[in-house]
Amino acid sequence: MSKPRLWRFNGGLKLDARTAPAATQPIATVPVPARLILPLSQHVGQPADPVVAVGERVLKGQPIARPSGYIAAKVHASSSGTVVEICDHPVPHPSGLSAPCVVIETDGRDEPWDGYEPLPAFGELSATDLRARVRAAGVVGLGGAAFPTAVKLGAGSGLKMLILNGAECEPYICCDEMLLRERPGEVLAGAQVLLQALEIGRCCIAIEDDKPLALQALVDAIRAAGETRIEVVSVPAVYPEGGERQLIKVLTGEEVPARGVPPDIGYLCQNVGTAAAVGRAVLRGEPLISRIVTVTGEGVVQPRNLEVRLGTPVAELVRACGGYTDRAAHLLMGGAMMGFPLSDDSLPVIKGMNCIVVASRDEIRPRTAAMPCIRCGECAEACPAQLLPQQLYWHARAGELDRLDEYHLFDCIECGCCDVACPSQLPLTQYFRYAKTELWARDRDRTRSDLARERFEARRDRIESEQEARRRRLEEKAKAVDQTRGDEHARKAMIDAALERVQARRERNEPDEPR
Amino acid sequence: MISAVVVIAGLAMLFGLALGYAAVRFRTEGDPVVDRIDALLPQTQCGQCSFAGCRPYAEAIAVGQADINRCPPGGEATIRALADLLERDPKPLDPESGTIKPRTVAVIDEPLCIGCTLCIQACPVDAILGAGKQMHTVIASECTGCDLCVAPCPVDCIVMVEEPVTLKTWKWPRPEDAAVLADRR
Repeated sequence: MSKPRLWRFNGGLKLDARTAPAATQPIATVPVPARLILPLSQHVGQPADPVVAVGERVLKGQPIARPSGYIAAKVHASSSGTVVEICDHPVPHPSGLSAPCVVIETDGRDEPWDGYEPLPAFGELSATDLRARVRAAGVVGLGGAAFPTAVKLGAGSGLKMLILNGAECEPYICCDEMLLRERPGEVLAGAQVLLQALEIGRCCIAIEDDKPLALQALVDAIRAAGETRIEVVSVPAVYPEGGERQLIKVLTGEEVPARGVPPDIGYLCQNVGTAAAVGRAVLRGEPLISRIVTVTGEGVVQPRNLEVRLGTPVAELVRACGGYTDRAAHLLMGGAMMGFPLSDDSLPVIKGMNCIVVASRDEIRPRTAAMPCIRCGECAEACPAQLLPQQLYWHARAGELDRLDEYHLFDCIECGCCDVACPSQLPLTQYFRYAKTELWARDRDRTRSDLARERFEARRDRIESEQEARRRRLEEKAKAVDQTRGDEHARKAMIDAALERVQARRERNEPDEPR
Repeated sequence: MISAVVVIAGLAMLFGLALGYAAVRFRTEGDPVVDRIDALLPQTQCGQCSFAGCRPYAEAIAVGQADINRCPPGGEATIRALADLLERDPKPLDPESGTIKPRTVAVIDEPLCIGCTLCIQACPVDAILGAGKQMHTVIASECTGCDLCVAPCPVDCIVMVEEPVTLKTWKWPRPEDAAVLADRR
């Protein structure tokens, strides 16, 4: 471990990590449940298209849905069994909506599919081949955002450094910490594969200084492997350091431009869990069918981290932690700052689910009524994206959504620091989320209205040209009639010719001449 | 005295020529204000504003023949945007033109369709596919939900269905409208 120079980002909060109860227990494995519910949209981008039919037998790791666009990810069966339904099922999402899912009834045999050949000699493979494997394995960002990893790997050229994000800063969440403590080799192997896939020679793994065991485990693994391209950096624990922009600022002092992405300034950031999944996909040919989830809070008997198959209902996770205590009051997905409530525990585990908090009433204080904004500016002090939350708030509240872009609403990472800082208890982040989805909806409406305008105008032009053509035809006919005026023979010939045309057309079964 | 008159007259002529040339050289096609108004309208082409489509309504607004509050599909957002553009005060939707409703899509009950093509002729955006004596169907992604195809159908086989909310189209509620979802500690 080296002691390089570090920078700091604006604002942020020192929060109580609350990881102690779960981080003292080793990672346990949740048994394969009787039914797996696998949503087709567990990633950012287009939902996947199912490639299996109801009644079909599938094996563990077999693809059941393929990406329907570039920004999309495959979905694999998490265990062997029979597809019993492809239908809408409630999914873990703030909306509480249902979305298409593949439901598999497991057979308990957990028979593996061997479609992906292990590639231990990945050093000889090209970047394209490695990316193709990562894509085939359905790997997405496991830090919570669930962005397809293969797309991210293909995003930049001329990168300076790969950053692996082990700065798990949000209270309650400790799945990355436990992964680093128990399986540092997997993360290291993943880092090596990623370096090969990106064709660069430098990687930095950032771990917060309140996780000394994770740090030590990783340093030991790197030393044992004799790896010199990878360095481990201990960073001070400040929320939201795990945000990639904030982490890049801390490590390099550089800032990702507004509306830009880290590859624009030569860095690529991946979560340590994602790196481990990439390593498994390449070295062992294992697609992404399980992940580590922290289950914690005063509402479960024994908080701990669980290795769990995707599609497992949350209730099974709670059971593996000894069940609910009498204090269980709220069920949240995600951590204390950015998490959202789940309606019930039948919802399945998805790729982006890093933590389940079963909170007691004391752990989550009900919000007191919001008071008027007093323009104190505390929110701007706390904002790690260096925005002006109060300005955004005024415009969002007044419905002046067009102005929000001027204040860089879309650079807001929804970390919730401003909510905590606000002495008036304003639900600022909620306003920003509302405004963002509202603006996206307007964009969609605009696209649709442009299409409608185009079609409306095309139709109008077509009707006009048809009318014009008809007018011209009638004019010509009238002229022909005029010319034959007084000549009975010619008139009769014209009428006969017209009758013949109609007769011929009827025989050929063609429609009548346009009027 | 004479020289002043000559200079002024000369200048007037010079500017007159320059302006006359500019009027021909930099002539704009159509009225840009109409385009800007039209860009704000939802292009539903439903005619609820009493004009035969969004463009005619935009033209009527531009010349002051119609008010800005006659577009129910656009709702409040459109009225506000028009008010901003034309520097007028926003006003509530004119109840005469209709009420604000959620966006819908036309669906043809296909077994009932007799293939009369009346709805195809009514559709302002060519979003219905079919031919004489052949079953018709609506291209949902191109339907604006204008309702114009419902009335002409002789067998009443077209219904307007509300668009379902999906994960992609779901919107966070306005905080004051919603019960507080999760507390931020």
